[in-house]
Amino acid sequence: MPYIFLLPNLLFFGLFVFVPIAINFVYSITGGPALFPSDRPYVGAGQYTYLFECGSYVDPSTCREDHFWRGVYNTLFFTFFQVATMVGLSLLTAIVLNMKIRGRGFFRAVYFFPVLLSPVVVALIWKWILQRDGLLNAAITGLGSDRILFLAEPGWAMFWAIFVSVWAHMGFYTLILLAGLQAIPSDIYEAAEMDATPRWRVFWRLTLPLLWPNLIVVVVLSLIRAVQTFDEVFVLTGGGPGTSTLMVVQYIYETAFSNQVQNFGLAAAASLVLGIVLFALTLAQLAFTQRKSS
Amino acid sequence: MKTTKMLLGCALFAVGLGMSQAYAQTTLRMTWYSDGNEGEVMTDLLRRFEEQNKDIKVVLDQVPFKAINENLPVQLAAGQGPDLARVADLGGVARYMLDLRPHLKDPAYFETNFGPFLEWMRLPGDSSSIPGYMTQLTLTGPFVNKTLFEQANVQMPGPKATWEEWATAAKNVAAKVQAPFPIAIDRSGHRFFSLAITQGAKLFDDKGEPAVVDEGFKRGAQLVFDWHKNGVMSKELWGSVAGSAYRGANDEFKNAQVVLYESGSWQIGQFDKTIGDAFDWVAVPTPCGPANCSGMPGGAALVGIKTTQHPKEVARLIEYLASENVAAEFYERSLFVPGHLGLAKKGLEYKSASPQGKAALKVFSEGVSQLSPVANKLQGYVHNRVIFNAVISRLGQAIAGESSLDEAYKRIEADVQQQIAERTKK
Repeated sequence: MPYIFLLPNLLFFGLFVFVPIAINFVYSITGGPALFPSDRPYVGAGQYTYLFECGSYVDPSTCREDHFWRGVYNTLFFTFFQVATMVGLSLLTAIVLNMKIRGRGFFRAVYFFPVLLSPVVVALIWKWILQRDGLLNAAITGLGSDRILFLAEPGWAMFWAIFVSVWAHMGFYTLILLAGLQAIPSDIYEAAEMDATPRWRVFWRLTLPLLWPNLIVVVVLSLIRAVQTFDEVFVLTGGGPGTSTLMVVQYIYETAFSNQVQNFGLAAAASLVLGIVLFALTLAQLAFTQRKSS
Repeated sequence: MKTTKMLLGCALFAVGLGMSQAYAQTTLRMTWYSDGNEGEVMTDLLRRFEEQNKDIKVVLDQVPFKAINENLPVQLAAGQGPDLARVADLGGVARYMLDLRPHLKDPAYFETNFGPFLEWMRLPGDSSSIPGYMTQLTLTGPFVNKTLFEQANVQMPGPKATWEEWATAAKNVAAKVQAPFPIAIDRSGHRFFSLAITQGAKLFDDKGEPAVVDEGFKRGAQLVFDWHKNGVMSKELWGSVAGSAYRGANDEFKNAQVVLYESGSWQIGQFDKTIGDAFDWVAVPTPCGPANCSGMPGGAALVGIKTTQHPKEVARLIEYLASENVAAEFYERSLFVPGHLGLAKKGLEYKSASPQGKAALKVFSEGVSQLSPVANKLQGYVHNRVIFNAVISRLGQAIAGESSLDEAYKRIEADVQQQIAERTKK
């Protein structure tokens, strides 16, 4: 009986998740420019071999498909710094917004507002701010300094890609942490206050452990989103300068659709590799959550 | 009452007749992109065609240029394409084109007037199909902000000046008038090769197979690389994005930030309209190199698509649009160099162009006679976009400091070889 109730959902899920994964796999073991799988020659593990052919995995320039590996390293760098910054700032903001400060409702709205914007709009706004004749350069030259080509220098481009991504999504994670903070019973804090416990100790020994389940959710969700990142960075920097902000998802998109030779097979192989990484992250989240609840 | 009933009856009859006519109409979908005002001109011409051919209705789907290069090929591969499309990558989509020859009243007219360009639309081994006609012939070449030269009190180099002479002059002007871009070259394979071919790039070996990196090519690449190092070019175009993405500097040129802008004839219409009398601009002949002073030819064609259910109607429409009077009106109003040999010989009257626009069209039209055989061969090569993309992507990486030029050369050769192999895999 329960399976009958599950059936509609399973059918829907199967049709839009499992079938595309299977089709993707078929593409990844075939080659050539044809679109229909029946017209594509079988190449076995050729696409995967091509993707993983490297002199040294720590140096993308030694890899046959160096753009893929540059995308992998950029994504790892982006993910590490974006997630660390995002979680840290979200936690700090949530703690401040949980205090009884003046204009608390207004500030909560202000921090959440960027979440409502489309990623393309966010990227375009910041592109206008950061470009040669943008707002920031107007301010810099107004102060008598030389303008900086923020989006044409590799270091600056990656910095702004991370900054803009944090700015756009921080509100969502702040909201999750704020909900967690508000769920902590106030009598625990009152007891700590009566014992004259220092504030830092209250934070480390009470707030942080009780907020831990929410923090895990925030870390894993932001991690998955960071690995998948595409739209904001693509519009803001186009993956450049050179390939310094080229992410794995952009590599997949360009290999499949944007290059002159639309290499669906190679793109499918790369997306399956990415899918496996995301699946592992999701399993890690489940494991953490289950361990905590048990 | 009787009169009212009669009138009502007549009205119903008329509506019914109209409906039956509408029902018999064939609808053709045409995918179109515009650089300037040519979409408006085409809309006018289609309205006129529909008036003369009540059984055909044409829906013009106007899309960005990027969609023509990226989305249309996927649509065509899926068999879901339009009936007609205006395309620029002629060799790349040649396998999806419809051979109109069996449906044309006068195929000889097309051979006579579009003959050399039809070669660009054919697959290797095909020497007779007629998939469409050229909506424009383009030629790469530089536009110069003459006012900046005057303000800087610097003499403009003459018609046979070299790239190096232009670079020196442009840098001199930019320094004096504080212009951020002495030279801007579109991030595009066509534009790069217009420079590389003047430096002696041959591109193909004796068997006609691509051999992209030779001494001429290296001289061209070195120039572009060095110009980024010494401030003649800004990294914002070639160094700012990844892969084969196109970047143009038309907005910067219109804002008087560029001294010399290497682009092409398709910009004339929009410059003529948008710059107005804000400053004086001129088109100049392609600067020379040790080998020649050739630009790169190119263009866009309106072609029928193989999967159409209405090949006869498609042929009728293309025959109408390619006819001498209609094509002349299209080229003249759009300010395009004609892709019609008969009209090119007769000459066109660009009535709507300003004196600057007319002068620019003359410079580009004269440039056609300077084209090197290498440039024509590259444009007609079916995998030319593979070469263009590899060069843009790898040279861009070198300019951004990610690799040396020697590494870029090796990658270009490897990319071209791998992508052609993938494209021809069966």
